[in-house]
Amino acid sequence: MVDVTPDALAGPQGPKPRKTFSRRNIFLYGTLIMVALYYALPLYVMIITSMKGMPEIRLGNVFSPPVEITFAPWVKAWSEACTGLTCEGLSTGFWNSVRITIPSVIASIAIASVNGYALANWKFKGADAFFTILIFGAFIPYQVMLYPIVIMLREMGLYGSLSGLVIVHTIFGMPILTLLFRNYFTSLPEELFKAARVDGAGFWGIYFRIMLPMSVPIFTVAVILQVTGIWNDFLFGVVYTRPESYPMTVALNNIVNSTQGVKEYNVNMAATIITGLVPLTIYFVSGKLFVRGIAAGAVKG
Amino acid sequence: MNNSVEIKNLDLEFGAVKVLQNLNLEIGKGEFLVLLGSSGCGKSTLLNCIAGLLDVTAGQIHIKGNNVTWAEPSERGIGMVFQSYALYPQMTVEGNLSFGLKNAKLPKDEIAARIKRAAEILQIEPLLKRKPAALSGGQRQRVAIGRALVRDVDVFLFDEPLSNLDAKLRADLRVEIKRLHQNLQNTMIYVTHDQIEAMTLADRIAIMRGGKIMQLGSPDEIYGRPINKYVAGFIGSPSMNFLEGHLTGDTFEVGDVSIPMAGYDFANGGAANGAATLGIRPEHVVTGELVGNAPFQADVTVDLIEPMGSDTVVDCQFAGARFRLRMDGQARVTVGDTIRLGLDPSRASLFDKDTELRL
Repeated sequence: MVDVTPDALAGPQGPKPRKTFSRRNIFLYGTLIMVALYYALPLYVMIITSMKGMPEIRLGNVFSPPVEITFAPWVKAWSEACTGLTCEGLSTGFWNSVRITIPSVIASIAIASVNGYALANWKFKGADAFFTILIFGAFIPYQVMLYPIVIMLREMGLYGSLSGLVIVHTIFGMPILTLLFRNYFTSLPEELFKAARVDGAGFWGIYFRIMLPMSVPIFTVAVILQVTGIWNDFLFGVVYTRPESYPMTVALNNIVNSTQGVKEYNVNMAATIITGLVPLTIYFVSGKLFVRGIAAGAVKG
Repeated sequence: MNNSVEIKNLDLEFGAVKVLQNLNLEIGKGEFLVLLGSSGCGKSTLLNCIAGLLDVTAGQIHIKGNNVTWAEPSERGIGMVFQSYALYPQMTVEGNLSFGLKNAKLPKDEIAARIKRAAEILQIEPLLKRKPAALSGGQRQRVAIGRALVRDVDVFLFDEPLSNLDAKLRADLRVEIKRLHQNLQNTMIYVTHDQIEAMTLADRIAIMRGGKIMQLGSPDEIYGRPINKYVAGFIGSPSMNFLEGHLTGDTFEVGDVSIPMAGYDFANGGAANGAATLGIRPEHVVTGELVGNAPFQADVTVDLIEPMGSDTVVDCQFAGARFRLRMDGQARVTVGDTIRLGLDPSRASLFDKDTELRL
């Protein structure tokens, strides 16, 4: 036994003491708080305005909280607000958007994940050329293809229908999603794929039994990208559908921009928040998985 | 059919790069063959060709007398163990072992029986319900071996199976693989860059370089009679000493030293003349009392010592070149000492200077 008394140690020891209000901390947190406020302020204004009555809004105190809280603007935005000719609020647009988003997300992810898997693991002839063309597609501006697609959909008899829009969304999701999945599957150890082949699993066997269960993070990323992308889409929605099947974003635009009598700021604010709720919820629910998935596959070329 | 695996005129090209060139190899039934070489020599590529994971450019592969050149990996009667274990992470150990058998649509009781047998052999019964993430490296590799074992195949392929393990575990599993081979008597083809693994495990070693097999022979042959200078330098640690000099009849002259080569077994029967390289393994240099019996003796000064416990490697200058010799770990030497060393030409190797082939 060696005797060492505690007070034998002199000078600095243990964890280094840190000052809470150091210049570095003040600068760091000060900047963060400023930026956070900058982004949060418009949302705050939207929320309080949506809960004020019109007389209170006319007073012009944009930042003051509502004196009398009312949810009437929300109800009106959902079911009564007028979009041009009809006065059904956002509800029709909401259900249209749901009917557009769900099949588009499922179809685009299903196809793109198989594409990515085939490109990453099965070195077929012309794979590189196929991949190059697909990636090139990601860089072509949408506007260029807008009118040709109108003609194509018309010839197919799908112009103006929801299924036509679903097809458009599925196709336009393909380049970026395929890249996403290809990169993710490439990052998985190749030996797993080889082992599965030695074990006698085929193309679909390996896809469903080996690759899919390992790919939850990247599927989450793809779902988030697609749901937000398709939900927020305005251009395709307004071009390829008819008024009765307009998605929510188009309905929102029509509510906010229709000038019949007074501008109801509270209803407009409520309508905007309702429209943004879906992508917002998706982000909150899957935030952690999203970051993991992005780190796993999306950034690697 | 005596040969388990036959490779005939095999070529493999990736674009313009020729990875394997006109390779021929016959592996007997129950043989343990090690493919040894530095990275990029084509040894893993050859193994992947045998497994059917790579399409060959030309040539044939026969396993158990069947031409399997175009067959799927699962139809070839092989089991494979990978360096990174390649266990399916979402399945339990049992799931990993049964995956291949389920794909082959085997009856349930047969699958259970095979898993039980493999688990007993590899002593992984307590781990069957666990996921790979909950296993240590050694346990994972054992499961990976089990996955090959349950397939009940004739040929096992190992692709550097021990390279991801730490030194102690590597030594333990090496012995286990050797025991497994003794018990099962399967044909095993084992790829490694570790010469200790190759020497200890192999019935025959194939030293590969640049897509070709340089030498194929028993560990003894490879170690004792390396066919060229590359093989001589590759096998053995510390590696062989090379002295560049001139051979005249029975005498090898290097600088002002002449070493009598009487007793050296020339490959072509007689002596040779011309520029040559003399190779002497550090462990074949004698020191201490044994020097008296050696046909050639010289005094050298110790430059550096590397004690390794069981023995000590000594660096010195001899005939104008760096020379290493291995002494007993008990020997007391310090830097600057003069020691007397002895060489026995019958244990040395001579190589032609230009062709680098054994003389």
